[in-house]
Amino acid sequence: MLEIKDLKANINDTSVLKGLNLSIKPGEVHAIMGPNGSGKSTLSKILAGHPDYEVTGGEVLFDINFENKNLLDLEADERAKEGIFLAFQYPTEVPGITNLQFLRASFNSVCRHQGVEEMSEEAFEKFAIEKCKIVDMNPDYLYRAVNEGFSGGEKKRNEIVQMAVLNPRLAILDETDSGLDIDSLKIVAEGVNKLKSQDNAILLITHYQRLLDYIQPDHVHVLRDGQIVKSGDKSLALELESKGYDWIQ
Amino acid sequence: MSELPDINKDYKYGFFTEIENDILKKGLNEDVIRMISEKKEEPEWLLEWRLKAYEKWLTMEEPNWAHLNIPKIDYQAISYYAAPKQQAKAKPKSLDELDPELLETFERLGIPLSEQKRISGVAVDAVFDSVSLGTTHKDTLEKAGVVFCSISEAVKTHPELVKQYLGTVVPVADNYFGALNSAVFTDGSFCYIPKGVKCPLDLSTYFRINAEETGQFERTLLIAAEGSFVNYLEGCTAPQRDENQLHAAVVELVALDNAEINYSTVQNWYAGDKDGKGGIYNFVTKRGKCIGKNSKISWTQVEAGSAITWKYPSCILQGDNSVGEFYSVALTHDKMQADTGTKMIHVGKNTKSKIISKGISTDQSSNSYRGQVKILPSATNAWNFSQCDSMLVGSECSANTFPYIEVKNNTAHLEHEASTSRISEDQLFYLQSRGMSTEEAVSLLVNGFCAEVFKQLPLEFSVEAVNLIEMKLENSIG
Repeated sequence: MLEIKDLKANINDTSVLKGLNLSIKPGEVHAIMGPNGSGKSTLSKILAGHPDYEVTGGEVLFDINFENKNLLDLEADERAKEGIFLAFQYPTEVPGITNLQFLRASFNSVCRHQGVEEMSEEAFEKFAIEKCKIVDMNPDYLYRAVNEGFSGGEKKRNEIVQMAVLNPRLAILDETDSGLDIDSLKIVAEGVNKLKSQDNAILLITHYQRLLDYIQPDHVHVLRDGQIVKSGDKSLALELESKGYDWIQ
Repeated sequence: MSELPDINKDYKYGFFTEIENDILKKGLNEDVIRMISEKKEEPEWLLEWRLKAYEKWLTMEEPNWAHLNIPKIDYQAISYYAAPKQQAKAKPKSLDELDPELLETFERLGIPLSEQKRISGVAVDAVFDSVSLGTTHKDTLEKAGVVFCSISEAVKTHPELVKQYLGTVVPVADNYFGALNSAVFTDGSFCYIPKGVKCPLDLSTYFRINAEETGQFERTLLIAAEGSFVNYLEGCTAPQRDENQLHAAVVELVALDNAEINYSTVQNWYAGDKDGKGGIYNFVTKRGKCIGKNSKISWTQVEAGSAITWKYPSCILQGDNSVGEFYSVALTHDKMQADTGTKMIHVGKNTKSKIISKGISTDQSSNSYRGQVKILPSATNAWNFSQCDSMLVGSECSANTFPYIEVKNNTAHLEHEASTSRISEDQLFYLQSRGMSTEEAVSLLVNGFCAEVFKQLPLEFSVEAVNLIEMKLENSIG
């Protein structure tokens, strides 16, 4: 589904990814772990198409209509329409626009792209209320401005509601666990598990192994200095937890 | 109706209606004013009133304090009266008898006038160049005792009301463009809501400039008697032309005890082309006077057109406990210039005013907010809240805020907030990563920015305003 080949990238002329390789198949959950500054968040932003990063080498092949296309040739919105979703570490506030308007605008642009009929306002409202239940979010939040005045935990839940509405093929969760208390973490993780299927894949980006207690990864990768230096199964995360990142040199 | 050569696709109202006109020779002098007055069969007092205004105007100078670059206007190169021939001869009794070309014009503008097609819930006065073509829903309004007609008609049918209130809110020599309007005004709407009446329909005037090398000088007078209520809407468009055209209107509102007037404008005059060629000069004096206690006047404007906008809908809060509001969205693009805002003059006790202004500039346009809050010594416990936000889209445009505050009573409570922002890259990326294109994302962000103002508009108008802003932004960013 996704094949990252020798990906190299800069931000402000500083090299942040230095030849990264990763392959993800449908139905898989991958976790990327690594110390601060290893390039974890960079990777998520590059995959989603953030304009600040300059890709200097490599390619990211993504299966679009049974054809491998280089994701890097697409704009951020085109990637989203093809099924890439990034749950932000720090979701942005959008004053004046309600969550419902925002979700509907996103949903409709994806529908239009895929040639699917848009939902009526009423039908969409019901649909969105239903999706709130996945992370136990009070539907009242649909009528509030996007993320405005939301707590850190509420923002993270809201990201998962968006994921539920857009039903992406590849969801990248950038430190979705950060800033969550243990109860919220469980709820968010359960929500993600409910959205997991044989047709989609999830890429978890995290510092800590505790998220992986709730969302079981099939593969764990350690990112260090812009490269994946070690890959393994879930036990690798536990090993990292006990030994620290310095253990891998 | 004919398409103008190389019609600007961005402005779908840019067409021109070919119709036989009764048009005055260009130029301005006493004779022209006498001729206008004669064509309108006006009483002597009104002619004198006009001539007095003209005399004052001759001694006045164009205002130069606004943050605008206004090319020299040749007032002798403008025709001050243009009317379709049919209207000039004998005005049809019913709108259904109108020249089909005119009916078609208004239909194309989205304002059907004929009996079957007219918009329910809104009574429309259709003003074409210098004359009103007629008003819809006359029966319903008459039953309620509401007078809604063109001002020319009101001069004949309700001379006492016109005489009592005309020029009481905007005096003839108030300002340069106001004085010019007083001298040469041709048509506009008149409205009187009697005591205790909640107007059963929203009232609306649609202004259309059509003829070439003319100016439109309309005058609107709206009086809400004790305890009455009215929603008033105003829309404007003009053909696309390379020459600039002057639109200098005066609107006067009067609210007596416990009366409420909500006045909304969606202004979409032709703004000129990408290089700033052509477009309407929109130099308008709008003012409301809350004469009565507990009265309220609320202005809402969406200013999205005109090459140059010079406009400050204001409130004089004379009655105790009266309330004035100003909600504004001003969007400028390409080479457009806008200097717009409000004045809130607090005279009575416990008077309140609220100002919410949202300016959006794109391309190389310039967009200024200018607002005055004045608390007179008599205005004990006055209260004002002002919020002026500017949003810049792109790096070549500019935004300015010029607030003037004058307080002569120390019991006043004033709050002023102002901000200037650019659409942040983070916000843009966030929306894009949810599948929205750059244009969709900017449009959603701008809508969010303006939401507080849009929600003041009646629903249909609000939808129109949102669409208008979206379309303008699309052309600007796309």
